[in-house]
Amino acid sequence: MEEIKLIKGNEAVAEGAIRSGCDGYFGYPITPQSEVLETLMELRPWESTGMVVVQAESEVSSINMVYGGAACGKRVMTSSSSPGVSLMAEGLSYLAGAELPCLVVNVQRGGPGLGTIQPSQADYFQAVKGTAHGDFKMIVLAPNSVQEMYDHVFDGFDLAFKYRIPVMMLSDGIIGQMMEKVVMTRQRPRWTKEEVSQISDSWATLGKHAGREKNVITSLELDSQIMEKRNEHLQAKYRKIEAAEVRFEESQMEDAEYVVVAFGSSARIASEAVSMARAAGMKVGLLRPITLWPFPTKRIEELAGRVKGFLVPELNAGQMVEDVRLAVNGKVPVWHYGRMGGMIYSPEDIFNELKNNAR
Amino acid sequence: MSFQVEITPENKVYGKTPLLTDNVMHYCPGCSHGTIHKLVAEVIEEMGLQDKTIGVSPVGCSVFAYNYIHIDWIQAAHGRACAVATAAKRLTPEKMVFTYQGDGDLSAIGTAESIHACNRGENIVVIYVNNAIYGMTGGQMAPTTLLGMKTATSPAGREAAIHGYPYKIAEIVSMLDGVCYVTRQSVQSPAAARKAKKALRQAFENAMAGKGLSFVEMVSSCNSGWKQSPVDANKWMEENMFPFYKLGDIKVATEPKEA
Amino acid sequence: MKETVIIAGFGGQGVLSMGKILAYAGIVQNFEVSWMPAYGPEMRGGTANVTVILSDKAISSPIAGEFDTAVILNQQSMDKFESKVKPGGVLIYDTNGITRHPERTDIEVYAMDATEEAARRDMARMFNTMVLGGYLAVRPVVKIESIVEGLRKSLPERAWKLIPANEKALATGAELIRKVR
Repeated sequence: MEEIKLIKGNEAVAEGAIRSGCDGYFGYPITPQSEVLETLMELRPWESTGMVVVQAESEVSSINMVYGGAACGKRVMTSSSSPGVSLMAEGLSYLAGAELPCLVVNVQRGGPGLGTIQPSQADYFQAVKGTAHGDFKMIVLAPNSVQEMYDHVFDGFDLAFKYRIPVMMLSDGIIGQMMEKVVMTRQRPRWTKEEVSQISDSWATLGKHAGREKNVITSLELDSQIMEKRNEHLQAKYRKIEAAEVRFEESQMEDAEYVVVAFGSSARIASEAVSMARAAGMKVGLLRPITLWPFPTKRIEELAGRVKGFLVPELNAGQMVEDVRLAVNGKVPVWHYGRMGGMIYSPEDIFNELKNNAR
Repeated sequence: MSFQVEITPENKVYGKTPLLTDNVMHYCPGCSHGTIHKLVAEVIEEMGLQDKTIGVSPVGCSVFAYNYIHIDWIQAAHGRACAVATAAKRLTPEKMVFTYQGDGDLSAIGTAESIHACNRGENIVVIYVNNAIYGMTGGQMAPTTLLGMKTATSPAGREAAIHGYPYKIAEIVSMLDGVCYVTRQSVQSPAAARKAKKALRQAFENAMAGKGLSFVEMVSSCNSGWKQSPVDANKWMEENMFPFYKLGDIKVATEPKEA
Repeated sequence: MKETVIIAGFGGQGVLSMGKILAYAGIVQNFEVSWMPAYGPEMRGGTANVTVILSDKAISSPIAGEFDTAVILNQQSMDKFESKVKPGGVLIYDTNGITRHPERTDIEVYAMDATEEAARRDMARMFNTMVLGGYLAVRPVVKIESIVEGLRKSLPERAWKLIPANEKALATGAELIRKVR
């Protein structure tokens, strides 16, 4: 059944959750993402699909509810915005350590501290590198449209269960608050009890039965030799994901002399800037990483061998640009262009940056 | 000298529940945890709930509870057991979900998660082992440490002006409408253990009947942390803990909670 | 066809919902649509604005540095957005409370006494629909029928009884708007 709606990105997450077979959502209000919880409470999915929705007393509690639900082999998720995601840091480390699948949506706002409620992309480092203690990774998806905020709920759950790993959807106040057309083609029911059992009985807490030993969800191991092995197992999994799950999108790259690398809302603004540059006769292409981890390092490495430079516009002080620089490895110049504190650049601003740097 | 006993129904006086594993417990000799674990395992066995029970273990001495009872377990982050249990129960309402937490886990770092799970009336059981000290980390002061009690972080004894007062979270949660049953028990004698087991059974039955949250406090000794012999620790508990943490039922809701 | 319009005024004037009605009508006509609000706690009394883009092609940036049309409903917004109208573009403003009228000569300027007329005709709650009617008279980017169908799709059924009053307000707005230059 195809449904088309004109809705906000945050509402698309709620609609996506219900239609992707999500079993439980646990959240706490924070601007600019509160519409996710509001929409779910309005739609009352517990009466239709049986999906559980709980308003928790804090983001700390939300993420630990996610931990409890994921332990039971269920598709569970939460959403928040930057300060709230900071509160979830501990829980995310536990989820990664215990290898639990889940989806966490961050509709970013500007920081640091309480910062601003306006859009920002300043949580790239947090999502990709420094979420919390310990060596761990999350798969990070960066939607650039309301449609993708819908679709990434599905993709997020699929990846989370494929690798038993927390997946973060790193959106922002622009995509979360804007309305666009969403085509809700993808729909699927929740897993039945039998399906959950088939998929997850080998590890999840579905109740100890005669057919197996007890399952224990834990990240704890006091024997360092075993703990190192657990870490090696996690790292091997991460290498597998890096080899198989890199997603990116390119446009006008064939004859490009300069490349703009941008993610999420910035990629939308940058794509208009690239059109302006093309109209002005400049040979500019756009690379949009869809997965921020794993990052399209190889593709950027290849491009660095044949283009003259990279411009990385981000709504932050320069975060993803570090990964671009690592990939380019000094072969050609890499420029960063950013706005902070909730300020947003226009396509004209990025076009001007291109004109000033690409010569 | 060899020593053999033939086990027959006539001469059998005690049987270990098969739900307890054969792992050697890491608890100190004299610790209450072992006894409480045994009671929990027995209640689960007697109610036939092994395949339906999910235990949530805390951070603290009982973090390894999952090594000792043959059920599925989730080991929670410090203080968050009630949030973890909330989701487990909501998503699998046919299950018997309980948390097993110490005083530091439940009544210090996890106060918010505990109180709000109580207030929402989650159909879970909270087993709260209160020995007035942080055992796992080496005997620091807990929220429930009595005034005057010496710990690693109150070496001169707990002083109200510096550390505040010990508090009774069982009485606090008993005021919440979502909570159907609050009781304070101990396991320092066979008689006390029998009563404690009855309380656990009541709590598990409440949860399966969907009556709301049941809160079972176990006032316990920590002879290592208190720097006493097991026998002295039990005596000290009776003389000092019981007058402040009075044993018995605190709340037994007769009416089911309103929807 | 591509129309990038900013609607800007005070919170409480119905700025965001006016943008929504326009966006819904765009969907009815199978346009690609984006509706990007300046969001925040300034819901009442503060300034509010929304950028709506209607296009027959996929919309790249929902953020615009300049606009084909600006619909301006208070002085603060005039100060902020008059300069952001593309040369040859359109500026529509409500005269109420305006102390400095638009000065640019390279754009088309239209005025409406919408606040005053809405009060006089006891249509204060239809203020934003009147402004929308004026806008569509000058920039007929969607049909009035599409607006009505969009309302029907976006409003709960119990609110459909308000649709005729909205249609009247659209027509009134179309009559009220006048060209300044």
